[in-house]
Amino acid sequence: MSVASPTGEPSAPRLHVVTGKGGTGKTTVAAALALALAADGGHVLLVETEGRQGIAQLFDTPPLPYEERRVAVARGGGEVKALAIDVEAAFLEYLDMFYNLKRAGRALRKMGAVDFATAIAPGLRDVLLTGKIKEAVTRRAGGRPVYDAVVVDAPPTGRITRFLNVTNEVAGLARSGPIKSQSDGVMAVLRSPRTAVHLVTLLEDMPVQETADAIEELTAAGLPVGSVIVNMATEPLLPAASLGRAAEGRITGKDLLPALTAAGVHGGPELADALAAEAVEHARRWSSQDALREQVAALHRPTVELPLTVGPMDVGCLFDLSERLETHLRDEVAA
Amino acid sequence: MTRPPHLAPPLDLAGLVADPATRIVVCCGSGGVGKTTTSAALALAAAEAGRHVVVLTIDPARRLAQSLGLQELDNEPRLVETPGVAGSLHAMMLDMKRTFDDVVAAHSTPDRAEQIFANPFYQALSSSFAGTQEYMAMEKLGQLRATDRWDLIVVDTPPSRSALDFLDAPNRLSRFLDGTMIRLLTAPARAGGRAGVRLVGAGFMIFSRIISKVLGGQLLADISTFITALDTMFGGFRERATATYELLRQPGTSFLVVASPEPDALREASYFVDRLSTEGMPLAGLVLNRTHPPATTSLSATRADAAAEAVAEAGGPGAKLAAGALRVHAERMTQATREQRLADRFTSAHPGVPIRTVPATGGDIHDIDGLRIMGEALMAEETATGTGTPRSRVLPARPPAA
Repeated sequence: MSVASPTGEPSAPRLHVVTGKGGTGKTTVAAALALALAADGGHVLLVETEGRQGIAQLFDTPPLPYEERRVAVARGGGEVKALAIDVEAAFLEYLDMFYNLKRAGRALRKMGAVDFATAIAPGLRDVLLTGKIKEAVTRRAGGRPVYDAVVVDAPPTGRITRFLNVTNEVAGLARSGPIKSQSDGVMAVLRSPRTAVHLVTLLEDMPVQETADAIEELTAAGLPVGSVIVNMATEPLLPAASLGRAAEGRITGKDLLPALTAAGVHGGPELADALAAEAVEHARRWSSQDALREQVAALHRPTVELPLTVGPMDVGCLFDLSERLETHLRDEVAA
Repeated sequence: MTRPPHLAPPLDLAGLVADPATRIVVCCGSGGVGKTTTSAALALAAAEAGRHVVVLTIDPARRLAQSLGLQELDNEPRLVETPGVAGSLHAMMLDMKRTFDDVVAAHSTPDRAEQIFANPFYQALSSSFAGTQEYMAMEKLGQLRATDRWDLIVVDTPPSRSALDFLDAPNRLSRFLDGTMIRLLTAPARAGGRAGVRLVGAGFMIFSRIISKVLGGQLLADISTFITALDTMFGGFRERATATYELLRQPGTSFLVVASPEPDALREASYFVDRLSTEGMPLAGLVLNRTHPPATTSLSATRADAAAEAVAEAGGPGAKLAAGALRVHAERMTQATREQRLADRFTSAHPGVPIRTVPATGGDIHDIDGLRIMGEALMAEETATGTGTPRSRVLPARPPAA
């Protein structure tokens, strides 16, 4: 079987792992990234690892079974399939693959033994998850990869290095045997340039700090870091010229009152003072966010900003976000 | 006085922490809602009210930990420098491995303890098993309570997706360690050979074989040694976990649920409230953290947007700035309306649960002054706001139609 890349783009990553501090919107970003990679005919698999059915909610589909299901169609015949990995099912699949134990597996499930095995060996869980991901990345049919790209909605930044560094995790668990060789195979894929670990952050202290920490840990573990994705970025609503003054608290009701009165807005000085107070808070919030852009730049990773979506997130919003990511991916390949 | 059914009762935290009968306050909620900061701010406020307080934090942000004097992770309460405070404040950060080690050491001979510490299964269990952190937080709470050194203990709970984990994990851990599966698995070793085999069926033999194959026979041997050692130490984990759990039911313990005004966080809060009432555990109320109350409610979002257009059209000096300020207000009203709607939804499901809202501050809280500001927001009088909106709400309740 030929191993030449059919996409003609040997340097572009095929496995995109998306992580971020809780609450930064990594599931949304992972979904938008999958759509971006599917544009122009790509076949993309979007993988959920934490069993919370966030992908099904985003695409407004019933809960995903342990099965690859199409959730979206992109232009040019592209499609996104989604898979929610069920650790128990993955374990049984694994037993069947390596030990030919499908029927025994069923008995084990009845006994609650599968839960038990993943509980006494926490690393086993991650090995099963990453093993399944590797299988999807390397799966081939008709001489070419089944998926042009695999996007993983991965565990949060605090856990990501341990999750991906499987060899390390199983070291205490199995020094030889199938688990060991399996994890070595997974590690070979994860450490290759075909993998990119993207970090989603907000312009807030903690997420930026955690992103910096995660980049350091991933790099130390030899895992390839991809882009930093700044999510939910907002635009200032005040004129640029007044932002600095407002942030310093030097805007008062007196600055607003004449224009309000001239336009016939009732409310008098009381309203003007309240509006000024809100304007100052807005400017302060915005400038503290803006200041964090420098810290993000100091991470020296390709960076893309996604705007804050007002209102509920739906598939339409996802396509909007995916367009921004598409441009970013193109620029990355060109660079 | 009876309140209309759709209004949440106000949450009187000042009264709660000042009450000498209140001995433990447990702050619960899903991850990322500001539980640690709320616990620390509440503890500081209680100390200012004259009580001798210890706050047990689980995973404080680095800068907050530093400002509490917690740069050393030594698993012991440290006095926080708070000049001018009537009571006193101690703070500590949970070290779960160390707490587990202490439990082991307290219940065995030094030799036996060393043996357990060296056991690879114990090492994994005490540092990475899901649920150990929750269990050890409870264990530590029990220890702090037993010393009777403080008149109020404020507990932060481990960050987890589900607030229920704090209540469930310890039982899960003890069920696991005392469970049939682990007993069977380790039976041959404990019974000294073949005796245990009689008890188990063929299915189990397969399981045991697979576990040995997949995880390695050494792991099973380690588990077996560990369980045997535990057995001789104390009558099993389950009793111990149950005893600790009972502490949460004692009079003097109150739960405070913390949530941000987001659907997921409030859903978790809702589950937790239901659970507390099933368990007969006392709920003090809900802290709705990081709300965005507007500085005025005299102008709705729609009217503010329209006014912004009118101001921009009229032009003149300062028009751009005034139009911008009106748009800021429109956005703020939209956000506050959304937050109030989420809070209302919570209240219709749990009408009796008192609420206190805490407005978002500009950035993260990472020093004593920041905690003090939050403490004021937690403790201040219900109606003491500049805008007339009570502190149990983000927006004022619409007056009932006459």
